Amino acid sequence: MIVSEEKVRQVAELARLAFSEAELRNLAGEFNRILQAFAKLNEVDTTGVPPTAHVLKVKNRFRADQVKPSLPRADVLKNASAVKDGSFVAPPVME
Amino acid sequence: MDFEAVIGLEVHAELATTAKIFCGCSTKYGAGPNTQTCPVCLGLPGTLPVLNEKVVEYCIRAGLALNCRIAGYSKLDRKNYFYPDLPKAYQISQYDLPLCRDGFLPLASGKTIRITRIHIEEDAGKLIHSAEEERYSLVDYNRTGVPLIEIVTAPDLATPEEAVEFLEKLRRILMYLGISDCKMEEGSLRCDANISLKPAGTPQLGTKTELKNINSFKALGRALAYEIERQSELLMEGKAVKQETRKWEEAKQRTLPLRSKEETQDYRYFPDPDLVPIELDPAYVAEIAASLPELPEAKKRRLIEEYHLPEYDADLITGSKHLADFFEAVLKHYFSPKAASNWIMGELLRLMGEAGLTPEDLTVNPAHLGDLLRRIDQGEISVSQGKNVFERVFRTGASPEEIIEAEGIRQISDEAWLRTVVAQVLKDNPQSVGDYLGGKTKAAQFLTGQVMRVTKGQANPQVIKVLLAQELAKVRKKTEETAGLARENKDL
Repeated sequence: MIVSEEKVRQVAELARLAFSEAELRNLAGEFNRILQAFAKLNEVDTTGVPPTAHVLKVKNRFRADQVKPSLPRADVLKNASAVKDGSFVAPPVME
Repeated sequence: MDFEAVIGLEVHAELATTAKIFCGCSTKYGAGPNTQTCPVCLGLPGTLPVLNEKVVEYCIRAGLALNCRIAGYSKLDRKNYFYPDLPKAYQISQYDLPLCRDGFLPLASGKTIRITRIHIEEDAGKLIHSAEEERYSLVDYNRTGVPLIEIVTAPDLATPEEAVEFLEKLRRILMYLGISDCKMEEGSLRCDANISLKPAGTPQLGTKTELKNINSFKALGRALAYEIERQSELLMEGKAVKQETRKWEEAKQRTLPLRSKEETQDYRYFPDPDLVPIELDPAYVAEIAASLPELPEAKKRRLIEEYHLPEYDADLITGSKHLADFFEAVLKHYFSPKAASNWIMGELLRLMGEAGLTPEDLTVNPAHLGDLLRRIDQGEISVSQGKNVFERVFRTGASPEEIIEAEGIRQISDEAWLRTVVAQVLKDNPQSVGDYLGGKTKAAQFLTGQVMRVTKGQANPQVIKVLLAQELAKVRKKTEETAGLARENKDL
């Protein structure tokens, strides 16, 4: 058992997901099967092999520092559930 | 028990690019809410970020100026957390392979503050919290995706003063590099501080707190001083310092804990698959190194050596690259370094302060100040006339020559004529002359003022000073002779 139900609950909370006890149990089982499969990779000797950050052979893709038109505000706010003073309205967040 | 503070800073500077870090939206400050956003910075599905090349260049500039090692290979990572100011629910930042590492910045004392790393990342949006009873927050995503560099120091700072000095030096460098406008009041320079206490002379570290919401240099010094006081009181009472994030409350001059979550935040960093790695060619880095401007400390040393300026002057003038450039431009027109420095530190900074201008807004033509200094040195106008002329140069942009001609300003140095004026003033003010001869030397100032009034401020003050001394001496001699004669007569 690599991942406990408690760990799954914690990750779910960080991801703002709610699960029933049964679901948590199931997920923990699935996680463990997946992780065990990946654990096989640990058997490969990677001495001297640099970690891979990206699988593509592409690098250094940049854009020039040039301003392009932004979206009209009406479009930006079109899908918002609530709008006030040109802004999205979000549930209160206290710092 | 005595405690020593252990302080480290995390400084965020918004980079002065014209477009955002991963899209073409403008970074201009102060636009209406949500008018500078697009599908990329709003994090709409199906969009792809592309890195602004200027962001990489600017970060390398900062790294080189702060003596960092520049990474040959670097990448961008996702930092995951949920907050309404972050539409993608992750911030693109750099985790284990930042662009710059292992730098340092020396303080005036010679102490070196290590810089652990400098990385690039995107800024988050702005939340405006409603009044308590209305229960909502307004979200403006204009700032989302504005490029930032985060500069992290080692915990090498030991006092609030050192921390403030470090931040001031850092700000100066970033502004010289032209990579950030560093306006703390607009949030383009932000600073968080980590601070813990340890018993003096011991290596063991205490529990640290992280201070946020520091909006000025003064606030940085005060927040740290407050926290040192608060933590040492706890430790003296045998209580533990709690590891937490605290917010500086400017109005109440204190720090308060931010509501801490029960779970420690776990950002679950991983490489951003939407962005390809950055591989830097040493030749490109060398090219940037060659293009760095003279930095504040070097410029200060040079002003001291080349122009024999006092350290105080050199420090003040190199406080801004614009001011230092202005100083040297004045010297190109008229070479009188100390005078130029005095006029810049005195008149120019005073007028700028009154007009609420920063050195970046400076529009005075350096040729005009040079010309003015020459006219004063040549005796064409006096220093005080020069100050009036300069004020007009500052306000109108007209040249000293135009102002002097239009207003008929001149300085009278004609001794013969001034001597008659001085003699007349002495005759008209026997009371002050008597005071002066009686030992009240201040009366001379009043008499000088009278001469200035008669000559409409055009008399050469240096000449007046000499003439007044000579004429007063004559009066003294005469009075003494008269007194002597009177005594002789009495004796007879």
